Amino acid sequence: MARIDLANVRHAYGRNPQADSDYALRHVNQAFENGGAYALLGPSGCGKTSVLNIISGLVQPSQGRVRFDGEDVTDLSTEKRNIAQVFQFPVIYDSMTVRENLAFPLRNRGVKRAEANRRVDEVLEMIGLKSRADRKARGLTADDKQKISLGRGLVRSDVNAILFDEPLTVIDPQMKWELRAQLKELHRRFGYTMIYVTHDQTEALTFADSVVVMYEGQIVQVGSPEDLFERPSHTFVGHFIGSPGMNVIPTTLDGAHVRVGEYVAPLPGLPRLRGEPKLEIGVRPEYVRMGAEGIPVQITQVEDLGRIRIVRAVAEGHVIAAVLREGDEIPADPHITIDPKGLNLYADSWRVDFSGDRK
Amino acid sequence: MKPVNQKAWFLVLPVLLLVAISAVIPLMTVVNYSVQDTFGNNQFFWAGTSWYEKVLHSERFWNALLRDLMFSAIILAIEIPLGVIVALAMPRKGWGVAVCLVLMALPLLIPWNVVGTIWQVFSREDIGLLGGALKGMGVDYNAVQDPVDAWVTLIVMDVWHWTSLVTLLAYAGLVSIPDAYYQAARIDGASGWSVFRFIQLPKMARVLTIAVLLRFMDSFMIFAEPFVVTGGGPGNTTTFMSIDLENLRASNELGQGAAMSLIYFLIILLFSWIFYAVMTREDAPRPDKAPDKTGGAP
Amino acid sequence: MLELRQVSRRVSGQVHLSETSLQLQPGTLSVLLGRTLSGKTSLLRLMAGLEKPSSGQVLFNGKDVTGQPVQQRRVAMVYQQFINYPGWTVRQNIQSPLKVQRRPQLEIEQETQRVAQLLRLEPLLDRKPLELSGGQQQRVALARALAKKADLVLLDEPLANLDYKLREELRAELPKLFAGTGAIIVYATTEPMEALALSGMTATLSEGRITQFGPTLDLYRRPHDLITAKTFSDPPLNTIGVHDANWQGAPRGASTLAFRPHHLTPGMGSGSALAFNVSVISTEITGSESFIHVARGADRWVMLAHGIHVYPSGEQLQVHVEPAHLMAFDALGVSLDPSLRRAA
Repeated sequence: MARIDLANVRHAYGRNPQADSDYALRHVNQAFENGGAYALLGPSGCGKTSVLNIISGLVQPSQGRVRFDGEDVTDLSTEKRNIAQVFQFPVIYDSMTVRENLAFPLRNRGVKRAEANRRVDEVLEMIGLKSRADRKARGLTADDKQKISLGRGLVRSDVNAILFDEPLTVIDPQMKWELRAQLKELHRRFGYTMIYVTHDQTEALTFADSVVVMYEGQIVQVGSPEDLFERPSHTFVGHFIGSPGMNVIPTTLDGAHVRVGEYVAPLPGLPRLRGEPKLEIGVRPEYVRMGAEGIPVQITQVEDLGRIRIVRAVAEGHVIAAVLREGDEIPADPHITIDPKGLNLYADSWRVDFSGDRK
Repeated sequence: MKPVNQKAWFLVLPVLLLVAISAVIPLMTVVNYSVQDTFGNNQFFWAGTSWYEKVLHSERFWNALLRDLMFSAIILAIEIPLGVIVALAMPRKGWGVAVCLVLMALPLLIPWNVVGTIWQVFSREDIGLLGGALKGMGVDYNAVQDPVDAWVTLIVMDVWHWTSLVTLLAYAGLVSIPDAYYQAARIDGASGWSVFRFIQLPKMARVLTIAVLLRFMDSFMIFAEPFVVTGGGPGNTTTFMSIDLENLRASNELGQGAAMSLIYFLIILLFSWIFYAVMTREDAPRPDKAPDKTGGAP
Repeated sequence: MLELRQVSRRVSGQVHLSETSLQLQPGTLSVLLGRTLSGKTSLLRLMAGLEKPSSGQVLFNGKDVTGQPVQQRRVAMVYQQFINYPGWTVRQNIQSPLKVQRRPQLEIEQETQRVAQLLRLEPLLDRKPLELSGGQQQRVALARALAKKADLVLLDEPLANLDYKLREELRAELPKLFAGTGAIIVYATTEPMEALALSGMTATLSEGRITQFGPTLDLYRRPHDLITAKTFSDPPLNTIGVHDANWQGAPRGASTLAFRPHHLTPGMGSGSALAFNVSVISTEITGSESFIHVARGADRWVMLAHGIHVYPSGEQLQVHVEPAHLMAFDALGVSLDPSLRRAA
C-alpha cells in the first residue's frame, strides 16, 4: 500500500495544446493517503478516467509528476507500478478457470506454486468464489466476473493501490449493494488504498471516505460525503450531487440577510465579498420544509418515489424542489420555509465561507 | 394456433431452385454414373458397387489421397501461424491500416489459373525471374523434373496466394478485442506470449476455425496450380485427386470418375466435420443462457 | 390495445418466457422491471414482432398479429446502445422514418421541427450523431421514435448507458414527450427507482414470468408475493423467518416477514412494534440518506435513515418496525395481506 501524489499534473490528448480547453486535465494537485477510500466523481468528459489512467501508468501525463510514497513513478511502466485495476466491463481470461485467472498475475511474476496456491485460496475466500473455483470463468455471471477482476488485484501482496473504473456499470441494482458492501468490508479489513471512478453520486458517496468532484478537467471539491452534501463549494457540486440537485436561486444581500422577493433570511455572519459578484442562495430540497407558514407557493408537480415525494413548486417566480418523506402531508394552502442549517450563499458560483464557524 | 401466413415459402423458392440446380441435381447425376456402366449410345448397365471397389482397391487412389492430405497438412501448418503472425504485426490504427488491408487483399483478387501461369513463368529458368535467379546462384532447380522442387513450388505458390486470407480473418478477430483486456494484462504483468496465448488466441479462435476450414477444403481440392505448373508430374508426384479425376474424365472413365468424386466428396465432408467438432467443442456447454451485457464494450 | 394471450418463448429447450398474458392500453406507459435475463428483452421482442412466440397469440386492437413481421407493424424501438445512422445528419436521422412512410415534404419538414424542438435538438440538426454526446445521441434516437408516430414504442433500458444526472433529466422528460401521442409505451429497466420515477404501470418480471402487473405505486406498496416485493426494492428488501421474529401479530400461515429499509428505525417504537437488537456492520452516506448495514444473527439488513447518521461498526443497536409496515408471506411466498385476499 502506498500514498499517491499527483503534483501539477496536466494532460492533453492532442499534440501542441495551446488553450486551457485543449487539456483533458487542466491542473491537478491531489494526494491520496495510504489506506484511504477515494472516489473520483464527475460527468463524462470531466477527466476522471484520465486521472485514473495516469495513476496506473496507462497514460503518461503531458506535464507534472506522479509519486508513490514519495518515489517518482512518472516514467515507470504499468507493470512496475504494482497497481490493480477493475474495469467497467469485466476482463477475464476466457480459457482459464476461476482459480487459474486468480493465479495468473502471480505466475507472471514467478511466485512459487505453493505460495501462489495459498494466496489464491485466501482470495477465493475473500471474494466468495470458493465453490466455483474450478469452473471456467467465462460461464459466470457479470458480478462474479467482476469479482474475479478484483481478485486478480487482491492476490498480489505488493499492490500499491486498487483502482476501479465504473466497476458496477453492468451489475443489477440489487447485486450492486452486495458487491459494494463486500468492497467496503475488504477495505476495512485489509486497508487497501482504493480509488473509485464513477459518474454515479450514490456509488461515490457510499463507497468513499473522501470524494473528489471533477468538472471540465479540474477538481472542484474534495471532501467527505457530508461536506459535499451540506456545504457544496460550487453550485456545480450542489447540482451534481443530490437527487434532485440543490435549488439555486438569485438573491440580493441586505446586511447579514439574504433577500428573495418578500422572503428574508439571516446569514450566520456578514459575508466578505470582493467587487459585485453574482449572488445566489443554494438550498437542498431536503432542507425545504412545507407547511402552513412561510412563502406561499404554487405546486406544479408531485413525484411519488415510494419512500419520498419530490414536490416542485413556484415561489417568487422560481421553481423550487422540496423533498417530503413518506407520510408527510402536503397542505391545502402550501407554504415553504428554509431550514437555516441548509442555507448556503454563493458568489459567482463559489460558496461564501463564514469564517470557520461552519467549515 | 392460427395458420401462419404461408407466403414466405414463395420467397425461399428461388434459393431452393438454385440449390437444386447447382448442387443436388449434379450430385445425383454423379451418383447415377457411379453405379452404372456405359458403352456410349446412352445405353446404361447396372454396375452396383464395382466402381467403388475398383477405386478403393487402386493404389493410384490411395497415393493421390495421401498426397492431398500431406499437401493440406503442410499448407495449414505454414499458412495459419504465418497468417496470424502477419495479422499481429499489422497496425491497429492510422493510415497504415488501409494500406495493409489493400496489400493483403491483392493476391486474393487474382484468379487461380492466372496464379498458376504467373508462377509457371516466374519459375522457368530460361525466362522466369525466380528460375533464372536460382540458376544464377547455382541452385539446381526444376519444378517440372524434380519432385521436391515441384512440391516446394506448389507450396510456395499456395502460401503466397492464400496466407492473406488467414491474415485478414485473424486481423478481424484481433481488432474486436477491447482495449481493457490489454490494459488488464499489462497490470497483471503478462508477457507478450501470455497476452497472445490467453487473450488474443482465445478471442481469435472462432475466426481461425473458419480459416482452417476454408484453407483445408480449398487445399484439399487443389487443382489449377499443379495442373498449370507441373501437370501432375514429374511422374505422379504431384498428381492430386482432382488431377486424377481430370485424367479419368479425359479418358472417358465416367463410372470410375464418378465413384471417385463421391468418395472424395465424403472425405472432405468428414474432415471438415472433424475439424469443426474438435475446434468448437469448448464452446458447446454455455451455462449462461443468453448473451450478457458484458459483451458490448464501448 | 396490445394484448398478449398466453405467449411463451422457448429457445432450444430453455424457457426465456413462460406463459404470459398482458393487456396494454393506448396512451399508457408501462414499465417492465426485472433483473438481467428475467425476460424483459424477450417480452419486448415478442411485442415488436422481432420474434415469434413458441405458443400463444399477440393481438393488436383485437386483430391477431402473431406472425406479422416487424416491418408491417407500427412499432418504434430505442435501445440501450445509441443506435442512429452514423452517416446521416441528425435531421436526416429524424426524417428517415417519415421518408419511409412517404409523407409529403411539407409535413416532413414540420414534423422534424416539432420533434427537434421537443427534444432540444434544433442547434444540432446538421451534425452527425457521432459528434454528439451520449445524451444527445440518445435524444436523436428518441426523436426518431417520436417522429415515426408509432402505435407501440418500446424502450429497452434506454438510459442505462448515460451519466446519472443525464438519466435523471431524460427520465423526467420521457413521459411528457410521449404524452398525447396515444401510443403504448413500454419501458424495460433493472432499476426500481426508475420505475417509481416514471410512474404509470409496472410489470415485475422474474425468471421469464410476470409476477405482478398494475399501477406502479400499488405494486410497490402492496406486492402480491415475495418475489415482486424483492424485485421492486432498492435497497434490497429485508426479510426474516417468522419463527425468528417471534411476533404475536403475525397472520396465520405466515412463513416470511418482510419490511422495507426505510421502515426499519432506531429505538423501541410503539408498544405493538416489532423490536430487534442488531449490530452495525457499516454505514453508507449519500447526504440525503444514510444506509446502515446491520446484522441480526445470520440475517443481513439495510436500515435507511433520512439525513446523515453515522453509527460505528460493531455498535449494538435497538431497532424496530411498526406493524403497519410489515409484509407477511406464506411458505410459497404469497402475500397474506387481507386486502389483497379479497381482491383475488
